Amino acid sequence: MHYLFRRFQRLFIVMIVVTFVTFLLVNILPGDVAYEMAGMDSSEAEVEAIREEMGLNRPVLIRYAEWVGGIFTGDWGRSFINKEDVWHAIMQRFPVSFELMILAQAIALAMAIPAGMLSAYRPNGRGDRIIGAIAFASVSMPSFMTAILLIYFFSLHLGWLPATGYEPLSEGLWANLKPMILPALSLALVEWTILMRTLRVEMISVLQENYIALARAKGMSNRRILWVHALRPSSFSMITLLGLQVARLLGGTIIIEQIFGIPGVGRLLIHAVYTRDFIVIQGCVTFFALAFVTANFLVDIAYAWLDPRVRTRGAHG
Amino acid sequence: MADISHSNAASAGAANAGTEVQDKHAAAIALHKRRTRFGLLFWIPLGWLIIVAVAAIGAPFWGLPAPDEIDWAYLQSPPSEAHWLGTDVLGRDLLSRIIWGARVSLTVGFAAPAIGVGAGLILGMAAGYYRGWVDEVVGIAIDSWLAIPGLVVLLLFAVIFGGSLFMVCFSLGLLFIPTAARITRAATLNYAGREFVLAARALGASDFRILSKEVFPNIIWPLIAFILIDIPIAIVIEGSLSFLGLSVKAPTPSWGGIIAEGREHLSTAPWISLYPTLVMFVTVLSFNLVGDAIRRRLADVREGAI
Repeated sequence: MHYLFRRFQRLFIVMIVVTFVTFLLVNILPGDVAYEMAGMDSSEAEVEAIREEMGLNRPVLIRYAEWVGGIFTGDWGRSFINKEDVWHAIMQRFPVSFELMILAQAIALAMAIPAGMLSAYRPNGRGDRIIGAIAFASVSMPSFMTAILLIYFFSLHLGWLPATGYEPLSEGLWANLKPMILPALSLALVEWTILMRTLRVEMISVLQENYIALARAKGMSNRRILWVHALRPSSFSMITLLGLQVARLLGGTIIIEQIFGIPGVGRLLIHAVYTRDFIVIQGCVTFFALAFVTANFLVDIAYAWLDPRVRTRGAHG
Repeated sequence: MADISHSNAASAGAANAGTEVQDKHAAAIALHKRRTRFGLLFWIPLGWLIIVAVAAIGAPFWGLPAPDEIDWAYLQSPPSEAHWLGTDVLGRDLLSRIIWGARVSLTVGFAAPAIGVGAGLILGMAAGYYRGWVDEVVGIAIDSWLAIPGLVVLLLFAVIFGGSLFMVCFSLGLLFIPTAARITRAATLNYAGREFVLAARALGASDFRILSKEVFPNIIWPLIAFILIDIPIAIVIEGSLSFLGLSVKAPTPSWGGIIAEGREHLSTAPWISLYPTLVMFVTVLSFNLVGDAIRRRLADVREGAI
């Protein structure tokens, strides 16, 4: 309990720091939002009026306090450009990003588990080396480049899958999944390697355990030993990592959503960046940070629950 | 992974116990060989990196058309005698643009990790050496920094500070601070309580002297390994950023930017995107391979020393 409390305390401070710094950066440095809104050739009086109306001439700390207060009550402000409610805009797009992330993770796992097992089964063997080399190559291939190649090959060359677009789930499952395959694959082709390596390392040590030797002595098939007896005890770190990666993928989805024209939170943020819609940028950054911190916290709880030794250790160190 | 052919030969006859012993012998010899000298998977990528670096540094002297020079006779033309890698939609020479783009990528690739590790080193040493509130403050700063996805931080900086090469290096450098600080902190903690540090303190050495003369030489190795990992990462992130049009400003070519420009014309002029993609992939892979080989060598040297 004490451990969780300490973690929570830390998270709280982190969120305060993150929101405050974001607010400061967005509100102080880029000159004046009122100028942006009034347009290029507006008089000083017009700018002043906008400033008055939006309350931009009040002290930063008070505006920050108001904004943070708004976060808790669901009032994240309104877009300067199209007056859309920021919280509403994020919540509308989040399921799309979430689906993309889940699909990417599922594909990454489907690649990582067999590859990790094959590698661990005979470390430094031929299979291990080939898989290691492929993993090394795919780490050197950022997702936007993979995306370009996938589009070129599967959309333009073979014409199997659409290059851009998004269909809501109400249009049917396949219609919804079809344009999501390439984006998810682009992300998965980067993410699978780290899962694979983690599983490989852990499984190599599990395969040296006595009960594996016993299973082998009983004449069990290799496939059964690997899938039934070795996989579960080996996947602990990988599952932890999976949780952490969901948070990391949040960043990765930004560029992929942009390439494939998927209307997720990342696209919202990029659009806000291009149009300098500061209140939306602020909201998106806070949302990403909140999601990241929450995912980390859940992983921590899971860890403490599964491994009692963690509970007594300090928050860091 | 460094010596694939060798291991294939070695593992081919791993059918019975007798050859398995020989196998282990062969593997041990292979390991020994790997320890003592760099293999082809070090020299070939290094060669490529030298070619890229020389091409980039000498970019104005190769007699290529300027990266923004428009050749009206060759709009969006495939690779030819006049333009080895073809031209883009505006008739600009792709080879020239890729070479000039390499300048941006390489500058960012080396400058950003240097900035990040430099700052992380100072923070990490302070946190690990002084402990107490310094440690606490640095810890909170690191956690907060890590709470925002890297690309989001960069987007934020791109909006606020605009896209000069210096700002790109600087804001990318900031991304490397948290991990560098953590590594330094852990290493410093490890050494701060050792006898030789206590001895130095007993002799009246100042904190600065202890940190620079006693602690620093011991913690520098993990940081060098870290920089080697960071160089390709920095190049990839700069690529992503310029792909989104948020790195260096438009007339300056950059790899991500060229790939993005070609994305619209993937069906009619695939070479615009595919050549820079290939060059960037090979370069990042080369940095990874060279870094990996050097890291392994460093580990061996240190083990050998002990």
